[in-house]
Amino acid sequence: MIAEKSTKDTVLDQENGIVFPSKIMLDLKDLKKVYPTPKGDYVVLEDLNLQIMKEEFVTIIGHSGCGKTTMLSMIAGLNPITGGNIAVLGNPVKGPGPDRGVIFQSPSLMPWMTALQNVLLGVNRVFPHATKAQRKDIAQYYLHKVGLDGAFHKKASELSQGMQQRVGIARAFAIKPKVLLLDEPFGMLDSLTRGELQDILIEIWNKEKITAVMITHDVDEAIFLADRVVMMTSGPRAKIGDVLKIDFERPRTRKTVLEHENYYTYRKHLIDFLEH
Amino acid sequence: MKQSVTVNEPKDLKAGVALKAFFSKLKIKPPKFEVKTILRKVVVPIVSILLFIGLWHMGSKALFNVEANYKIEKALTDQGQAAADATKACIASGDLSCQPNTLPSPSQVWASFNTLLADHKTISADKLAFKEKTAALNEKRIAAGKEPITYTGRPSFVDQIGTSLKTVFAGFLLALVIAVPIGIIIGLSETLRSSFNWLIQIFKPVSPVVWLLLVFMIVKTMTKDSNSDSAFIISFISVGLCAMWATLVNTAMGVATVDKDYINVAKVLKLGALQKVFKVILPSSLPLIFTGLRITLSVAWMVLIAIELLAQSPGLGSFVWEEFQNGANDSNSKIIVAMFLIGIIGFLLDRIMLVVQNAVSFNKNASA
Repeated sequence: MIAEKSTKDTVLDQENGIVFPSKIMLDLKDLKKVYPTPKGDYVVLEDLNLQIMKEEFVTIIGHSGCGKTTMLSMIAGLNPITGGNIAVLGNPVKGPGPDRGVIFQSPSLMPWMTALQNVLLGVNRVFPHATKAQRKDIAQYYLHKVGLDGAFHKKASELSQGMQQRVGIARAFAIKPKVLLLDEPFGMLDSLTRGELQDILIEIWNKEKITAVMITHDVDEAIFLADRVVMMTSGPRAKIGDVLKIDFERPRTRKTVLEHENYYTYRKHLIDFLEH
Repeated sequence: MKQSVTVNEPKDLKAGVALKAFFSKLKIKPPKFEVKTILRKVVVPIVSILLFIGLWHMGSKALFNVEANYKIEKALTDQGQAAADATKACIASGDLSCQPNTLPSPSQVWASFNTLLADHKTISADKLAFKEKTAALNEKRIAAGKEPITYTGRPSFVDQIGTSLKTVFAGFLLALVIAVPIGIIIGLSETLRSSFNWLIQIFKPVSPVVWLLLVFMIVKTMTKDSNSDSAFIISFISVGLCAMWATLVNTAMGVATVDKDYINVAKVLKLGALQKVFKVILPSSLPLIFTGLRITLSVAWMVLIAIELLAQSPGLGSFVWEEFQNGANDSNSKIIVAMFLIGIIGFLLDRIMLVVQNAVSFNKNASA
């Protein structure tokens, strides 16, 4: 309806053909990443364009080594951008910052700290003006949310992999980021634990509605969690190959998703893409 | 000679019987231990200790015989049959004046150990008496602004152990104070690391003796007009300088190789430089720092003896050297006593450091 000429901060909602200038959270434009090697430059990503809306959950799938993690770490600011740009709410990304929370593939907790201290590490940094008790409340709230009520004062090294990743989720949500970046957070877990953590993640996310970008290898996980599944082509020169909109109502449960008539259509779509 | 041997043997046997009895008691007492574990953890070590003592005993006996025969033969060729017989009789009688001087037997060493303990008791009694005697006088002297009179008698063996421990801890602290901060700084910066590397590589292998001489050159001049204990200063600084390299290298390595994930977390949270160092980098390199400190302490203890020996600083090193120079009849066995004590103290120091190291290590699977 509002036809703004400046397309920098606007996006076209493909379904309705409307432009919502203020709804874009994350804007990746002509993104390029080159790794210099002794045999010449290796172009990982090229001409990568992707817009992610506020309160959207996007999962990214693609073959191993196609550059998904490279893209995510560029959004996080941990990996320098070779060409193009990334903007969060219109502000170009210049480095890492707590407005983009990251959940890493390995839980990456400080093993010498307790679960609570690990979450507090970020909370103290992001809410420096809150009182000590308030910050502790925030940390405890999120630890409670991920189901770690009894483990506040356990050393991270004493927790199981799954519990460590729960702390990782609590730590990421507790700093109230604008964007949550998840790099195959459940890739190292067994399938039972993975399911549990997916439920926990989606439950917290339903409440907080933080824009989320998540890399996964698991097609079912991608469908269950996402509003849109972004498929990346295989590298080198990887880009966005296809985008699949997932039209399930939220909040979702695993059961309703699995029983939905479109589920297998989506699934086939993704698998067809990955196999070609 | 034979006499001394026959006196020794029953003693050793008795000890063996006592140990066996002790062991058989142990075997019955804790029923939860498997026989196999007891065998491995109790019997085998005891057997090996007995074997060691037995071999030592036989070796020293053989050396004793060689030395005795040489003495007798020398008397024979130099002074004739009568003198040889006299020497033989003298040796057999156990007379201290003519005993061959060689590797002492286990029982002689044990006896020397007891002598040293008795000596310590006498000396500490002396000291106490001296203190009581001078207490009133010293109070007056202090009131009058004079230096109090201190005990200046010979230090006992235990006192010397104390001095050695004091020196090694002073040296260890010095190494810690120098090596840990420098290690952290050069660990943080690759530029500094490569610019300091040559210095570390060159100075690390320098022998303790050379460090001592270097420290001596400097400290001698610096303490020229003070009445401080320069021997102690020289030895502890040398010990610290010799021993600090392991800590320096380990600290720098620990800081330089912090898990990339932790660094990424720090980056995402945008921790400040100080917070990053104190909350992330230091804790994660603590295990390696303590590994370095453990090596440093054991190196410090090892070089201490050599340094004390050369610096004439009181302690176990000078005790060993003095006994060697002394050449008294029981000097050799006192040296062996010192050797065992040095070993045992070194072992205990290492154990203490291991406990500390395990306490700070967050990865419980990684044990030394």
